[in-house]
Amino acid sequence: MALKTLTGNYAIATAVKLARVKVISAYPITPQTTIVEKLSEMIELGELEADMIRVESEHSALAAVYGAASGGVRSFTATSSHGLLYMHEMLWWVAGARIPIVMAVVSRTIGPPWNIWTDHSDVMDHRDTGWLITFVENNQEALDETIKLFRITEDKRVYLPGIVALDAFILSHTTEPVDVPDQSLVDAFLPPREQPYVFRAGNPLVLGNIPRDLKWNMRMREDVHKAMERAKKVIEEADHLWEKIVGRRHGGLTECYRCEDAKHFMIGVGAWVGDMKEAVDYLRDRFGLRVGLIKVRYFRPFPSEDIIKWLNNAASAVVFDRSISPSVGGPVFIEVLASLASAGVRTPVRGVIAGLAGVDVTHEDLANVMLTSISEVEELGAFKQNVLWFYGGE
Amino acid sequence: MPISIKDLPKEKYVLPGNAACPGCPENMGLRFVGMALGSKAILVVPAGCTAVIQGLAPGSGLNFPILNVPFASSDSVAAGLSSAKKVLGEDATVVVWAGDGGTADIGFATLSGAAERNDDIIHICVDNEAYMNTGIQRSSQTPLGAWTTTTLSGKKERKKDVPLIMLMHRIPYVATASVAYPTDFIEKLRKASTIKGFKYIHLHAPCPVGWRFDPALTASIARLAVETGMWILFDAEGGKVTISPPSKPFIDKSRRKPIREYLSIQGRFRNLTDEILKELEKQVDENWSLLLKLST
Repeated sequence: MALKTLTGNYAIATAVKLARVKVISAYPITPQTTIVEKLSEMIELGELEADMIRVESEHSALAAVYGAASGGVRSFTATSSHGLLYMHEMLWWVAGARIPIVMAVVSRTIGPPWNIWTDHSDVMDHRDTGWLITFVENNQEALDETIKLFRITEDKRVYLPGIVALDAFILSHTTEPVDVPDQSLVDAFLPPREQPYVFRAGNPLVLGNIPRDLKWNMRMREDVHKAMERAKKVIEEADHLWEKIVGRRHGGLTECYRCEDAKHFMIGVGAWVGDMKEAVDYLRDRFGLRVGLIKVRYFRPFPSEDIIKWLNNAASAVVFDRSISPSVGGPVFIEVLASLASAGVRTPVRGVIAGLAGVDVTHEDLANVMLTSISEVEELGAFKQNVLWFYGGE
Repeated sequence: MPISIKDLPKEKYVLPGNAACPGCPENMGLRFVGMALGSKAILVVPAGCTAVIQGLAPGSGLNFPILNVPFASSDSVAAGLSSAKKVLGEDATVVVWAGDGGTADIGFATLSGAAERNDDIIHICVDNEAYMNTGIQRSSQTPLGAWTTTTLSGKKERKKDVPLIMLMHRIPYVATASVAYPTDFIEKLRKASTIKGFKYIHLHAPCPVGWRFDPALTASIARLAVETGMWILFDAEGGKVTISPPSKPFIDKSRRKPIREYLSIQGRFRNLTDEILKELEKQVDENWSLLLKLST
């Protein structure tokens, strides 16, 4: 173990090195660029034995790692925003082909206008592709979760690709102390790569030709759905194993902060969960309010069971989304509502759309939204407005 | 070394009963790829006719390992696959088998990127001069004057010269080929497989359905393209252009057959005007003159 000061992007690059990735391909885009720069440097210095394919586009980046992974080696790519959108069809293809790949997405606003600041819309745009999606809160989690994601995606119960999402600049370019595990510990945690099949000369395996039976094709989609469900257990196992070997855990699908006696809940994903924790402390310490926070660590698979468990007897929940599905609400909000409805839980839930396009949101802002929401729900037993747009303080 | 048909391997890579149309040049081309590269080949195939020709999963009418991939991704997938085989120390020849759309149009940025990086793969463009799989729409490889379902009165633009564009990428090997000259194509494939880096082969492939001719005539029409000088067979190793033996006689313009002989048996040129014919003749002369300059 060694405590180092690393940006989120360097934490990701360090994780990729520790995972002994063999083929990397990426196209630069702000704010992902320093991941691929760092990895290039590691390769040139001989610290990392891997092939770097310096492609001409993001579409080609994911295509190249798909080719490499289909050929039997651990592969990695990273992108942001428009780069991720340009890859879109390849995400479907990789997941449908059941090929484990890990990709870092430094989440960034989608244009127009050009805007490099954080926003979760790029990642949320890919929620139905069949990729596992985890949002991290800090740089330590960025490193740990990237390594874990290789193990999770290469587990035969899963065999799906995975995205580790980190917020633009707030994590990608911010230096934090990060505990870097020894290579021997990572080797003990991460077994040699396994995958459902490998393309080799002389073995006439065919992937992707037209199906004779459409129901068989439909079953492939159901298999992705089931694998995603099975991934829930695999994620929890990986979290416990990481704790056993490295001595640190972040929670499996969710982390619940000061939830034991909580009546009102905040829910969110990504870096601003750190601010939400501060808001919880502030609301409890200053106002004596029994507020807790559900940090959704994995958006796919979605932790419906955890949400139901925590909100079953809650007085209210406020979901903060850094993206919006127009005319409906934030993606996390929608999933929370669907989870509760499926279990017949009638806890009032408000969806707050905030921090889009990189608009700054402080822990005081978050606490203020909670104060208004709690007084509203305590007075009326419900929320006047289900979806609230919040632009932050003055 | 010249190849004799007799000495070619008997192993079948195109199996009976696949989904190709009668007279399909892609089936012919795939058979030659099997003869040339045998079990060393792994094919990467983007959208196009060959996606259909393979037949229905879980079966396959082709006896190669095949990754079917989205349209604009094939050379990058192949680059990654080739890299993985290198990392694992496995002997394989990774071949992109793409149509003119997957090569020259929607696939072009990916092709150019892989060529510039000199990724260790062979790209074969099987050029039937239109988007045949979607039903005969024009491509950048459709010749001037040809009817397609999106150029009802004939295409107004000339064919983009992709082999020369690839030559200008300064890659180790560029060749043109034709389904009418299997041994020439097989020789080129075998040569390409011994060269490290990016290899490009542009295979001329007359399509009976899209060009409107009798399916029995595929090879004859492909041969006429060469004999009229409309399709020139050459290869270029390390940038040095050599006109291939089947095309050598036609360096001499007087030995070329009139292009009308090639055009008149194709329904797609049914409404060809004298003006377009003259323009096509001029283009043939220009193509020869440029290529001969490059070959000296």
